[in-house]
Amino acid sequence: MAIVQTKNPMPVQEPEVRAHNFNEVALGYSEETAINEASRCLNCKNRPCVAGCPVNIHIPEFIAKVKEGKFEEAYQIISETSSLPAVCGRVCPQESQCESKCTLGIKFEPVGIGRLERFVADYHNEHNTAKPQVPAPNGHKVAIVGSGPSGLTCAGDLAKKGYKVAVYEALHTAGGVLVYGIPEFRLPKKIVAKEVDTLKALGVDIDTNVVIGKTLTIDELFEMGYEAVFVGSGAGLPRFMNIPGEAYKGVYSANEFLTRSNLMKAYREDPVTPIMKGGKVAVVGGGNVAMDAARTALRLGAEKVYIVYRRSMEELPARKEEVEHAQEEGIDFRLLNNPVEILGYNNPDDPRDPKNGFVTGIKCIRMELGEPDASGRRRPVEVPGSEFVLDVDTVIMSIGTSPNPLIKDTTKGLEVNSHGGIIVNEDGLTSRDAVYAGGDAVTGAATVISAMGAGKLAAKSIDEYLSKK
Amino acid sequence: MYKIISRKPLNATVTQMEIEAPLVARKAKPGQFIILRVDEDGERIPLTVAGTDPERGTVKIIFQIVGGTTEKLNHKAEGEFLQDFVGPLGVATHTEGIKKVCIVGGGVGCAIAMPVAQEFHRLGAEVTSIIGFRNKDIVILEDEFKACSDKLFVMTDDGSYGQHGNVTVPLKEMLENGETFDQIITIGPLIMMKFVVATAKPYNIPVTVSMNPIMIDGTGMCGGCRLTLNQDGKRVTKFACVDGPDFNGYEVDFDEAMSRNRMYMDFERHAYEEACNLFKEVA
Repeated sequence: MAIVQTKNPMPVQEPEVRAHNFNEVALGYSEETAINEASRCLNCKNRPCVAGCPVNIHIPEFIAKVKEGKFEEAYQIISETSSLPAVCGRVCPQESQCESKCTLGIKFEPVGIGRLERFVADYHNEHNTAKPQVPAPNGHKVAIVGSGPSGLTCAGDLAKKGYKVAVYEALHTAGGVLVYGIPEFRLPKKIVAKEVDTLKALGVDIDTNVVIGKTLTIDELFEMGYEAVFVGSGAGLPRFMNIPGEAYKGVYSANEFLTRSNLMKAYREDPVTPIMKGGKVAVVGGGNVAMDAARTALRLGAEKVYIVYRRSMEELPARKEEVEHAQEEGIDFRLLNNPVEILGYNNPDDPRDPKNGFVTGIKCIRMELGEPDASGRRRPVEVPGSEFVLDVDTVIMSIGTSPNPLIKDTTKGLEVNSHGGIIVNEDGLTSRDAVYAGGDAVTGAATVISAMGAGKLAAKSIDEYLSKK
Repeated sequence: MYKIISRKPLNATVTQMEIEAPLVARKAKPGQFIILRVDEDGERIPLTVAGTDPERGTVKIIFQIVGGTTEKLNHKAEGEFLQDFVGPLGVATHTEGIKKVCIVGGGVGCAIAMPVAQEFHRLGAEVTSIIGFRNKDIVILEDEFKACSDKLFVMTDDGSYGQHGNVTVPLKEMLENGETFDQIITIGPLIMMKFVVATAKPYNIPVTVSMNPIMIDGTGMCGGCRLTLNQDGKRVTKFACVDGPDFNGYEVDFDEAMSRNRMYMDFERHAYEEACNLFKEVA
C-alpha cells in the first residue's frame, strides 16, 4: 500500500468566521479521519517519536489501537504516562517534539500525533462515564503549590499512587496558565475543568485563594503534616522593555491582557472586568503567548493587529500551527523590527483632556540578523536611521517573565539562580529537604508539556523519597 | 465562600465589614491588603486590611462605594457570603526603629491609616495623626484615631468640622515650628499624598506613601499595578502588589500613577450606574 504523504488536514473554523468568535479554532478529527491518519504510522521498531515526548507517551502503541478503532484502549495507553492528554493534544509544540522525530517525516509529513492524541482524549471525555478508581490511601500527605500543568500532573501521579494530595492555588480558579493564559479558542476552559474534576474524583483537594509565601509558607505546610512539597508556582512578573512610554494607558503585559480576557471573562458582551477593545494593536514578541494575545485582540474587535518581533520568521519561537492560524486570520507580522519608544497623547493646552496619557503609536527600528549569539540564533542588529511609527491604540508586551519572589523570599534555604529560577537537581529536588520544584518557576517561561514533564519527574522522586521513609 | 460576620455603615458611602477568613486573619499585618470577589464572575478588587481578630478568624475591611463592584458589595448583608477572599498580599508597613511618626490619612484612606497608627501606638511610638475629609458628613474613625494618637488633627476642606483646610496645613505648621518625625506615613488620594511629600521635602523627613493602583491577581503575575520610581536618576518599574503597596514618597512618579488610575474611568462610571439601576429595579 502506498504511503499517504500528507497529514489528514485538521478541520477548522474558517478564518473569517473564527476571527470574530472565541470558539475553538480546530474542530478535531472524526473517527474515520483518525483511523485513516493512524494508518500512516509505520510502527517503527526503534520508536523515535517516544524519545521526542517529554513525558514519553507510548505513541506507536496508542496509534495502533486507534487504527483498530479501539479508542478507549488507546486512551488508557496515553493516560499511563500523561495526565492531561486533551490539553497536550491541543497545546504541545509537536513539530519540535514527537513529530520532529517521526520516520515518515524524513521524506513526507510526519504522522499527526498531536491530532490523534487530541482525538483520543476527546473521545474518552465524551464517551467515558466510569469514575476513576480511587486507590487505597498509603498514609502519606503531599502539598502542591500551584494548579498549573506541572502541579496538576504531579498531583495526579501521586494521587494514583495513594497519596493524600492538596493543591494550593493563589487565584480563584484552578488551572494556572491553562485558564488565565491560554485563550478559549485554543484550549476551551471546559477541558481544563474536566481534568481538574478528574483529579478531584481521585481524592485530590484543591484549595483556591491560598497564596503560598503569603497566606501560608512552605514551612507551615510541613507543620501541617505534609511530608513533601512540590512548587509549581509558574512564571511570574512580566518583563517590560524599559523603553519610554511603557506607562501610557493602553500598554499591557500579555499576562494582564490575557488574564483580563480569559480568567476575568472581559471578552463577554457586557463584562464586569474592563479591557481595551477595538482599535489598532501591536503585540511585541514572537512566542505562543504573543500569538494568543494578538488573536485575542483580533477577536475583541481590533481593526488591525501587528506582531512586532525583532528576529525573522525562522527564529520565531511560537508553535507553527498558531503562527499559520494567526496569518490566516490577518495578523500582520512585522518581523525584524524592534520597538524603541511608545508614543502617547498629551494635550499641552488642557491637562484635563480625557485622551491624555493614552497610547497613540509605537516607534520601531528595523533590524537585520548578525552573528549567532549565545542561544545559537543570529543576533538582531539595529539598522541605523530606520525608525518608523506604527499608529496603534494598544501595545501588548509579550517578551517573557521573571520568576515570582513570593516563595523564595519566605522559604529559608531555598536556592535560586541568577535569573531567580528555583534550582533543582536531576530528581527535581531543591536545596531544601523534601521540597521539589518544576515548571516555569524553575526554567522561566517554557511550554505546558515541559512543565508536565517536570511535575511527573517530581512525583516519581517524591514517591521514591516517601516510600523509603 | 467567606461569611460576612458584621456590617456597619460608617457614613453614606463608606461601609465596614468583618469577613470570616481565618488564614488571612492569622497572618495579616498593617499595610497589607486582600483581594475579593463579591460573586461568581465578579471583578477582583484589592482592599487594604483595616484590622484583624485572629481569635475569631475575622478580617475587617472598610470600603467606599466607587463603582459597580463596591456598590454590589455594599448590598451584601450580615450572614451572606463573598465568593473569594485572598491574602494577605503586599509587604506590611515598615515599623522598625521608628519612634516618632506622623500618620496622614485622607478620606477612606483613613481606614488604611488606622491600623498603621494603632500598630505604632502598640509598639510604643509617639503617634501624631492628621485625618482629612471633604466635610463633616463623611468624617470616619475619629474615636479610633483618638485612642491610638498622642496628638490628633481632624481637618475638613470646608471647615464644617474640626479645623478648616487640608491635611498639609497642620503638617506644614508643625514642621515650620521645628517639629520633626522619624517617618511620615500618608495614605489617601494620590493628589493628597503628592502634596504631603512636597510639604515634607524641605525638612528631609522620610515619607512613606501607600499606593492603590488598578490590580487583578495581586500576586505579581499581571503587571497591571506597575508604577515608576525615580531612583538615583534612573526610572525603575515596580509592582505595587509584591514590592508595595508602600513606597518611598520621594521616588514615586505621582503624575503617571494618577493618569494610569484613570484608564477605565468611563467603563467604571458605566458599571456603577448599571449596578445602581439593578438595585433600583430590585427595590
